[in-house]
Amino acid sequence: MRAVHLLALGAGLAAASPALANESVLKGIANPAEQVLQTVDYGNTRYSKLDQINASNVKNLQVAWTFSTGVLRGHEGAPLVVGNIMYVHTPFPNIVYALDLDQGAKIVWKYEPKQDPSVIPVMCCDTVNRGLAYADGAIILHQADTTVVSLDAKTGKVNWSVKNGDPSKGETNTATVLPVKDKVIVGISGGEFGVQCHVTAYDLKSGKKVWRGYSIGPDDQILVDPEKTTSLGKPVGKDSSVKTWEGDQWKTGGGCTWGWFSYDPKLDLFYYGSGNPSTWNPKQRPGDNKWSMTIWARNPDTGVAKWVYQMTPHDEWDYDGINEMILTDQKFDGKDRPLLTHFDRNGFGYTLDRATGEVLVAEKFDPVVNWATKVDLDKGSKTYGRPLVVSKYSTEQNGEDVNSKGICPAALGTKDQQPAAFSPKTGLFYVPTNHVCMDYEPFRVTYTPGQPYVGATLSMYPAPGSHGGMGNFIAWDNIQGKIKWSNPEQFSVWSGALATAGDVVFYGTLEGYLKAVDSKTGKELYKFKTPSGIIGNVMTYENKGKQYIAVLSGVGGWAGIGLAAGLTDPNAGLGAVGGYAALSSYTNLGGQLTVFSLPNN
Amino acid sequence: MSAMKRNALLGLCGAILLGAVPVTTAVLAQDAKPELANKLDPNAKEIDEPVLKAAAAVKDEDGKYLDKDGHPTFHITNDGKKVDWYTYSGYRRYHAECHVCHGPDGMGSTYAPALKDSLKRLSYEEFYGILAGGKQEVNNTSNQVMPAFGDNKNVMCYANDLYVYLRARAAGAWGRARPGEKEEKPEAAKTAEKECLGG
Repeated sequence: MRAVHLLALGAGLAAASPALANESVLKGIANPAEQVLQTVDYGNTRYSKLDQINASNVKNLQVAWTFSTGVLRGHEGAPLVVGNIMYVHTPFPNIVYALDLDQGAKIVWKYEPKQDPSVIPVMCCDTVNRGLAYADGAIILHQADTTVVSLDAKTGKVNWSVKNGDPSKGETNTATVLPVKDKVIVGISGGEFGVQCHVTAYDLKSGKKVWRGYSIGPDDQILVDPEKTTSLGKPVGKDSSVKTWEGDQWKTGGGCTWGWFSYDPKLDLFYYGSGNPSTWNPKQRPGDNKWSMTIWARNPDTGVAKWVYQMTPHDEWDYDGINEMILTDQKFDGKDRPLLTHFDRNGFGYTLDRATGEVLVAEKFDPVVNWATKVDLDKGSKTYGRPLVVSKYSTEQNGEDVNSKGICPAALGTKDQQPAAFSPKTGLFYVPTNHVCMDYEPFRVTYTPGQPYVGATLSMYPAPGSHGGMGNFIAWDNIQGKIKWSNPEQFSVWSGALATAGDVVFYGTLEGYLKAVDSKTGKELYKFKTPSGIIGNVMTYENKGKQYIAVLSGVGGWAGIGLAAGLTDPNAGLGAVGGYAALSSYTNLGGQLTVFSLPNN
Repeated sequence: MSAMKRNALLGLCGAILLGAVPVTTAVLAQDAKPELANKLDPNAKEIDEPVLKAAAAVKDEDGKYLDKDGHPTFHITNDGKKVDWYTYSGYRRYHAECHVCHGPDGMGSTYAPALKDSLKRLSYEEFYGILAGGKQEVNNTSNQVMPAFGDNKNVMCYANDLYVYLRARAAGAWGRARPGEKEEKPEAAKTAEKECLGG
């Protein structure tokens, strides 16, 4: 049995280095009564020190109060709590409510931006928004139309606003932002529209643009130093991105940045992943297509990359690399290492040294993953760091107008953006996953600015020969690269998990259940069916000494699109299994916050 | 703005003209040739008789099937196993361009309506108009906006293919599956595709 010394990032590191990061954010992270970031802490551990609700009493949980957001669309992300005020956001039109928890959740202020509805159809896969961030007395909202707004947290008055992109070119936003030091870092969506995507830092006080780093393009655009920026321990060299594209295809190359950001104050690096290369037809874009599908470590002041690691070179399946990077300090091979754990859409769970970008572990976190046999971790090998692709499932090798069948996972990924949680008490990661496979047929497309640029036909179905469901909720050991336990779910788990010091892990399901399970065994301890499917992330806070659990309901997102109708049954005619049923038989559109607590006595 | 959009608009105008003067193009039902009749899956469960009847092919122009009003339609044979080229092509294009909002197999989603139902009501002209011009329904309970695809060759070059596939879904003539057997790709389809996409 390995001896693991665990130290969750956040409060511990924060106290040691108050000059770094952002003091107001660090203060909020250190106080478990509050939640100031969507990621709960800078390390994206989604772990709360609150323990009033615990494994033995969680069964008594009951609904304390509810709130309707007034919008019937996919509700991702979670509310924030700062002091006695809760901040609730909605999908398009991106309303923000400030609720006073001391006054029965009375609406203190409401902000509703005016956005051109023509942005709606440009947003691939629903008008979701993954939430607000708090820093220096301001609430930062990144709207669907890419307007970044700083609101006075007390009054809702606009401090400043800035346009980060142009929706008429397919540039939109669904992601939250990262406040770090005196800056706020934001991403952008539009991979299905041939956008050249980027991360951008704005001044937290004024909204002035400080720097922009693209995922794809010439060195001065992607902000790499050919000599100092490394990949797998070696300098990336000159033109590391453009030389992996044909002609100027990089200009419509995608690599979008719609996922989560995490930050390490000690190394002073922030981390995120870039998405798929455009189009979905790999034959039309020869080369590795760097740096799409890449884990990035950048300096927040200059934007310059310290290291990069491309997980899926020359993507052939739409395995966006945008999922969250979870930062923990753990023992690996007997040594304390700063680790980064990432559950990729491609079905591999990666553990890296976040100081150097060295890949330590890359193992499948769903046994059905079949597009690659493994990731080659032999440093002497020519294919070091690369996945070893199985020809049968290669849509590149099978070619255009050929339907490659039985690829696992589907384009949804073994996991999408819904973030996992980490408990320093168990040393385990709790991961919401998809259990869906696909057929994929690429074909030739032409590029028109502002129009979708897809280039593949997909059909998806529950993983064949398994439990018939489309999801699992798993516990993962990132040191050994092994699943500890796995709970089958009828539908994909599209809700972000929360682990607490009470030895409970919470998550939501697409049917609308909030579930609580034992962090050691996965045993279900409590469930409650909310009015609509849950694709939001579970959060917890404390008010007047009492712990609450809150979650947004409102089915939608890609899950709502793919699963609302039920997936195609690959064995049609052989007797349909319950798992293939349509989500629309279980839930309906909604937009509600449900808040839970223990009874008063 | 492109020649393509003009073609799309011309196509639409042409379609409206056809719709407005059905007498000139109409072929009486009794003239229907038996070889154009569909031979559907005898176990098909979702047949919508009126929609199916209205979609009956009366004319075959090099693998392109037309109904009595001169609108494109499907041709399904071999007990529901074999489809015409355009139904197959429509399936492919639908699952690239449309399904991210309208769900797999035209079944709808939390985001956009089920086209297997919409196509029971929409005329060819209405379908074409919405595809090229888009649609907005934004109010207190609904935030539904469909973009105008008039400029998008990946969609407009296959407008008729999409219509034929979705019409087959609406009639219940084709189920929730990828077509397997299909008629040969007609020369006319190859030429039209090349011209429309512009090489």
